[in-house]
Amino acid sequence: MTMLPAATEKKLGLLIDLDTCVGCHACVTACKGWNDQGYGAPLSDQDPYGANPSGTFLNRVHSYQVQPADGAPQIINFPRSCLHCEDAPCVTVCPTGASYKRAEDGIVLVNEDACIGCGLCAWACPYGAREMDADAGVMKKCTLCVDRIYNDNLPEADREPACVRTCPTGARHFGDLGDPLSAVSKLVAERSGYDLMPEMGTKPTNKYLPPRKKDRPDQASLLAPLLDIKATGFAGWLDKVLGKI
Amino acid sequence: MHPAPSVIIFTVLSGLGFGFLAFVAAGALPVSGWPAVVVWGLGYGLAVGGLAASTFHLGNPQRALLAFSQWRTSWLSREAWTSVITLMLLAPMALSDWLGLGLPRAMGWVAAVMCVVSVIATSMIYAQIKAVPRWNHWVTPALFGAFSLTGGALLAGQVRIAAGLAVVLALVLVLAFRLGDRQFAARGATLGTATGLDRIGAPEVFELPHTGGNYLLREMIHVVGRKHARRLRQIAVIFAAVLPVMVLAVLPVHIGIVVAVALHLVGAFAARWLFFAEAEHVVGLYYGMR
Ligand code: SF4
Ligand code: SF4
Ligand code: SF4
Repeated sequence: MTMLPAATEKKLGLLIDLDTCVGCHACVTACKGWNDQGYGAPLSDQDPYGANPSGTFLNRVHSYQVQPADGAPQIINFPRSCLHCEDAPCVTVCPTGASYKRAEDGIVLVNEDACIGCGLCAWACPYGAREMDADAGVMKKCTLCVDRIYNDNLPEADREPACVRTCPTGARHFGDLGDPLSAVSKLVAERSGYDLMPEMGTKPTNKYLPPRKKDRPDQASLLAPLLDIKATGFAGWLDKVLGKI
Repeated sequence: MHPAPSVIIFTVLSGLGFGFLAFVAAGALPVSGWPAVVVWGLGYGLAVGGLAASTFHLGNPQRALLAFSQWRTSWLSREAWTSVITLMLLAPMALSDWLGLGLPRAMGWVAAVMCVVSVIATSMIYAQIKAVPRWNHWVTPALFGAFSLTGGALLAGQVRIAAGLAVVLALVLVLAFRLGDRQFAARGATLGTATGLDRIGAPEVFELPHTGGNYLLREMIHVVGRKHARRLRQIAVIFAAVLPVMVLAVLPVHIGIVVAVALHLVGAFAARWLFFAEAEHVVGLYYGMR
């Protein structure tokens, strides 16, 4: 059903900390690995070891450089995956009902058995979160690891998205962004978490935490005092003599 | 956006077919007997052939019937319905013309209106997409409608109506180019808003997330070939709207129609190629290319 639910009981999603992400791409690999064996058609690769490799991924990490008005330039690593939008345009455009948003937790999914592979949903997503699988001819997107988070066969600690579980710096958080008391909502409130491209009117569930303001040391280097050495005694006399020659 | 040949052929031919069928259904061509079969067959052939071409870009065309299910929200689904309903509404008129049943022409008028509705539904598939600002404007349905009716009038040999419609088409085309060039900036999406990094400064791309190609780059970030856009815009306006009317004015009708429609189609294909190739998707911002 491509009608969006008026409200969802929970708003499960990711919170990505751009201050902490080091751009290691571990989440990209973990996501690809998990989704090669879990939900729906495996994410295929074309010409993986050849000259022109290409493949389907549900999560990609960009790197940007920013020159703040005051302070040193910064490199910011930027993971990009489905934001599980409240007003998801990808869902309403789907002609077959393959794309849908779950009323219970807000996760946006594709029923691959109903997908005709028209690609319209990928056009409708402003964030490039959907990729058509070239082998299966069906649309792939982040499932919020729906086959992990409710999976009783996994140990408790693993019942979170693969990308969150694997992130070595803890830059990815998972939780209910609709519950103001959840850990993720508190982080959003504390650190001014924000939406991507709010002008597109999609009301994303996922939020991003901005990079923290970097300290500006008052001195060029912590070692600076040590560099300003005044030679005394014999060394001072030698210094003076050598300076004159 | 990637200008996929199947989608360009689909939208141009089905638009022309429905435009032509609208004129035939409204009684613009008083045909009966076997000539009626040829005329109606041509209209159906163009419309249905165009729709068939659209299935070539599907990943799983064997499930295409499911596309009728989501008409409540999806313009693609609505387009499937309007096309089928229109083709069914046209059928009694076609039979009436062929066998001389004398059904009231009012039925044909209803079907003619539905032809236009089908073309508008097709255009809304593109016009609804906010992420492609150039398309997301009322000028898109106006453009598709003008192309369909002008082509239809030319093919039906309605010289005067075609001349009037061609003027409209030329104006809408120029308007679509002009408005379209401003739409992306007007939407306000930048790399800064796409990443939220405008909070700390102006971001620039440092490294791409992958060294090879991917679906997004192939499908939505089509940057090659735009360098001929200016020339193609001129070709589109001159061939689609100006030359056909001049040809119809000087050549005898029968040969004139063939030449005029051929010229019009050259312009229509150029315009439709540009419609895709010039459309920039906001996802290109993340990659620093549009
Ligand atoms: S990020 Fe894109 S694919 Fe995900 S819900 Fe939003 S619009 Fe749909
Ligand atoms: S590609 Fe599949 S999921 Fe996307 S709009 Fe088409 S049918 Fe729906
Ligand atoms: S939640 Fe799961 S599917 Fe989504 S990006 Fe993370 S690992 Fe991939």
